[in-house]
Amino acid sequence: MDEGTQPELRAPLLFLSVLLISSCGLIYELVAGTLSSYLLGDSVTQFSTVIGVYLSAMGLGSYLSKFLQRGLARRFVDLELAVALVGGFSAPILFQAFAHTHAFRVVLYGVVASVGTLVGLEIPILMRILKDQIRFKDLVAGVLTLDYIGALFASLLFPLLFMPKLGLVRTSLLFGLLNAAVGLWSTHLLVSQLGPTRMIRLRCLAVLAILAVGLAFAGKFTLAVEEEIFADEIVYARDSEYQRIVLTRGRGSFQLFLNGNLQFSSADEYRYHEALVHPAFGVKPDAQRVLICGGGDGLAVREVLKHPSVREVVLVDLDPAMTDMARRQPMVRALNVAALDDPRVRVVNADAMVWLQETAVAPFDLALVDFPDPNTYALGKLYTARFYRLLQRRLTADAVISVQSTSPLMARESFWCITATMESAGLKVRPYHLAVPSFGVWGFALASKRDFAVPTRVLPGLRHLSDEATAAMFAFPKDMDRVPVEVNRLDNQVLVHLYAREWRRWS
Amino acid sequence: MKRRDFLAATAAAALPLACRPRSAFPFGGELVGPNLALGHWLKGGAFPEPERFEPISTLIVGGGVAGLSAAWRLAGGGLDDFAVLELETEPGGTSRSGQNHVSPFPWAAHYLPVPDRGNHAVLRLLKECGVLDGFDAKGDPVFAEEATVRAPEERVFAHGQWWEGLYLRAGASPEDERQYHAFFREVDRWAAFRDRRGHPAFSIPRSRCSDAPEARALDQLTFAAWLDQRGLQSPRLRWLLDYACRDDYGSRLETTSAWAGLFYFAARKQGPGEDSRPLLTWPQGNGFLVDHLRRASGDRLRCGVAATAIRPDRDGVLVTAWDAVNQRRLGWRARRVIFAGPQHVARHVVEGLARPAAARLRNAPWLVANLTLRGRPKEPTFPLAWDNVLRDSEALGYVAATHQSLRDYGPTVLTWYRPFAGADCDGERARLRALDWPACARMVLDDLRPAHPDLAELVTRLDVMRWGHAMVRPTPGLLWDPEFLALARPFGAVHFAHTELSGLALFEEAQDHGVRAAEEVLTALGRPGGSWR
Repeated sequence: MDEGTQPELRAPLLFLSVLLISSCGLIYELVAGTLSSYLLGDSVTQFSTVIGVYLSAMGLGSYLSKFLQRGLARRFVDLELAVALVGGFSAPILFQAFAHTHAFRVVLYGVVASVGTLVGLEIPILMRILKDQIRFKDLVAGVLTLDYIGALFASLLFPLLFMPKLGLVRTSLLFGLLNAAVGLWSTHLLVSQLGPTRMIRLRCLAVLAILAVGLAFAGKFTLAVEEEIFADEIVYARDSEYQRIVLTRGRGSFQLFLNGNLQFSSADEYRYHEALVHPAFGVKPDAQRVLICGGGDGLAVREVLKHPSVREVVLVDLDPAMTDMARRQPMVRALNVAALDDPRVRVVNADAMVWLQETAVAPFDLALVDFPDPNTYALGKLYTARFYRLLQRRLTADAVISVQSTSPLMARESFWCITATMESAGLKVRPYHLAVPSFGVWGFALASKRDFAVPTRVLPGLRHLSDEATAAMFAFPKDMDRVPVEVNRLDNQVLVHLYAREWRRWS
Repeated sequence: MKRRDFLAATAAAALPLACRPRSAFPFGGELVGPNLALGHWLKGGAFPEPERFEPISTLIVGGGVAGLSAAWRLAGGGLDDFAVLELETEPGGTSRSGQNHVSPFPWAAHYLPVPDRGNHAVLRLLKECGVLDGFDAKGDPVFAEEATVRAPEERVFAHGQWWEGLYLRAGASPEDERQYHAFFREVDRWAAFRDRRGHPAFSIPRSRCSDAPEARALDQLTFAAWLDQRGLQSPRLRWLLDYACRDDYGSRLETTSAWAGLFYFAARKQGPGEDSRPLLTWPQGNGFLVDHLRRASGDRLRCGVAATAIRPDRDGVLVTAWDAVNQRRLGWRARRVIFAGPQHVARHVVEGLARPAAARLRNAPWLVANLTLRGRPKEPTFPLAWDNVLRDSEALGYVAATHQSLRDYGPTVLTWYRPFAGADCDGERARLRALDWPACARMVLDDLRPAHPDLAELVTRLDVMRWGHAMVRPTPGLLWDPEFLALARPFGAVHFAHTELSGLALFEEAQDHGVRAAEEVLTALGRPGGSWR
């Protein structure tokens, strides 16, 4: 093929593709940087390393471009398709790698380097295609100007438009599509240099189709079927043997969901966990051995460890994936102040009820029961009279128990069912409540085998609870006051039915 | 031979080796008892006499629930000079259980409806087992939460998914609903029935049931005919009732007495219009009760010992036996014998016993499989319950052994049941005996595949019990026949105890006969006391 004899190329339109491909390139870089800082935390390091690897890979690509000699137009179209595939699927690949492999960083930098290398090849090759059409000084000026302007578009639109509206996965797939579209368009613009175009156009269409399918099934591809449900970006998702664990982040806080149910928001979890933990210590200030059932996020442990009397904490949580995440995921670990790695804490991954039934341990003098709400039979059993009897067998005579017991406002009968069930198991129960904005009005039950007075003193220096606020939690206004309900037993599991019926009204 | 031919021949010879199918199942297992060979060998008969006959007060032949209950009652009456002979290596009969690294599991009977306040013997047993918590204000017994079947109790697989409960409400027509309620109104009517002496028509054990003619008349027709008379044709309703017959009697609507069909429902009602009594269960099923009952016998229980002849004479009863474990003959001279085995064995073993009514008894064969799983099958619809029934199946589904031990995750043992409910018991028994382990394993997996396509990969072991004579069938006309009822009467110094004598295979019936026979013996030996019944 003799380039010199070809008819004139459509240079201005090719300049437009420079604008598009540079936007795409920057988007992939931003996607990788954002995603890695969400998943790994420490955004300064993540962005610095991603940008560093990306730019150096672009340098490598530019260097390698000199080895491409012939058929540059064809190479350029293929290059666009390669960028479209690797860049477009970069976010899904990275989410999957995070969820299913232990080598996330390897995959991350591998993807960033690949995209960077391919993007680095683009501009040199395009300039060589255009070099005979346009004077060199105009070529350099035009290409670089549009390259930088494209970067500006990308960097402005990414945080303002694409991230909030589409999320990472759809954004990366969408720009992959754009890249592939540039490829297809180039077969038109560079038709004079391409020779037969049917095969190459078919290739373009195939890549476009693959990316379109990816976009259509973004929900399944990603970890984030919930992207529709969750308002915020998913930064961690994992299907463990027992449940689906999802962390989302947005507007200055992050949230944990188990099977789609909110467990905490970092914005107000301190209210919940202070209320779960400190009133019990108000009744039993010298507690040394503490049992926590559930609470694998480590946030209750964080509050427990504020009490200097505590010598040993045993946390029994079903799901090792949950306690591992609480130890390793940087955002969660920062929130629980690495509580699970404290030498006083022992983590047991077991079904708390089976553990209580079958494991002989020295008695505890304080127990915190922090299970998800009773929306399945497997969870409902953890709120039965039998559970509270088994629990008491592992406690000292004057031990104090605190139980998260759903919302007394939204699920009033469920809340009082838990109180009545604890009473039927021989406990003296004093229910209380407070407002946790993420949840609404939330309830707990404080209990002991012996009669006890409502606590009036809490640890100083807490964020929410004061002595006065603590006492106030034990008064129930009329719309949340006690209602007669059946006791929840293993053989009736009335709570699961009550709970499902009551919460249906709010969903 | 050319080289190419040689290679071809070698390849052809090697091919069968290379292609020899590996075991069709990626898991192991075996056919476990009962000891069919020994059992049938005994029927054959001529055994040499033992060297001596050891004197003993009472010998109990048979270590099932009836025999163990008799021993429990004798020990409770202060009589210690007894022994229990059991053919199998484990006592308990069809209430036997097993145990592996995952869980204990039942080998057949696996629950007990909570007894009413009048069922004294069962209440006494449950109190001893620590299951009876006390009595409520009305005087009704209250049972331990952990022994009462945990919710969800049962589910049924139909239309490609699991549904809560046994009766499929989804898709039921108004006529189905009407017939369902009409049937249970009849049940309520019978639950409320009291004869002139105040006896209910249906109660457990059946020795407490009224013998009023209107109740006994129900035994003259099949359950199917009784339903036909009332125009109860709803397929859903009839499926439920047929399931009940297969489950409790190993027979069908067409071969079950209407009295027995109504007994199943009315005897379990707490009262007219009230729910059925809750069920008590344990991971090992009724093996839990056997474990307690056998304590009363201690080392007086001799397993692997089969009585070969029981000969009443003037001074008592001469019993010869074969100790299959030590391969030797044994002999006793007993003042009293309680024969706690089935009548088809009594006929061969008890000399001079000629009771034609015994020939009318029909025993249904059963196949029971225990599947050990490394994990749980995927459950996208209604979650695993205790009792899991497939509607479109000859089998009865399975119970999950870990349900009652509260384990909702990880390995489990499923106990799968299939009665051979065809009308011809002997033919069905021959079919069952012809099944080897692979045929049984295939039958189980094929049956469960619609509900659990992923099951085969989860099974680590599949063990099978072929029960040749699992349960007596309450065929029409049997239950109130005076000659049949007379089978429970003593034959000289030989007393009889077995659930078969009720015509209903239930733990409570076996226990009632055991206690009755023991009390006959205690009275005969001059140790009368109050009755435990």
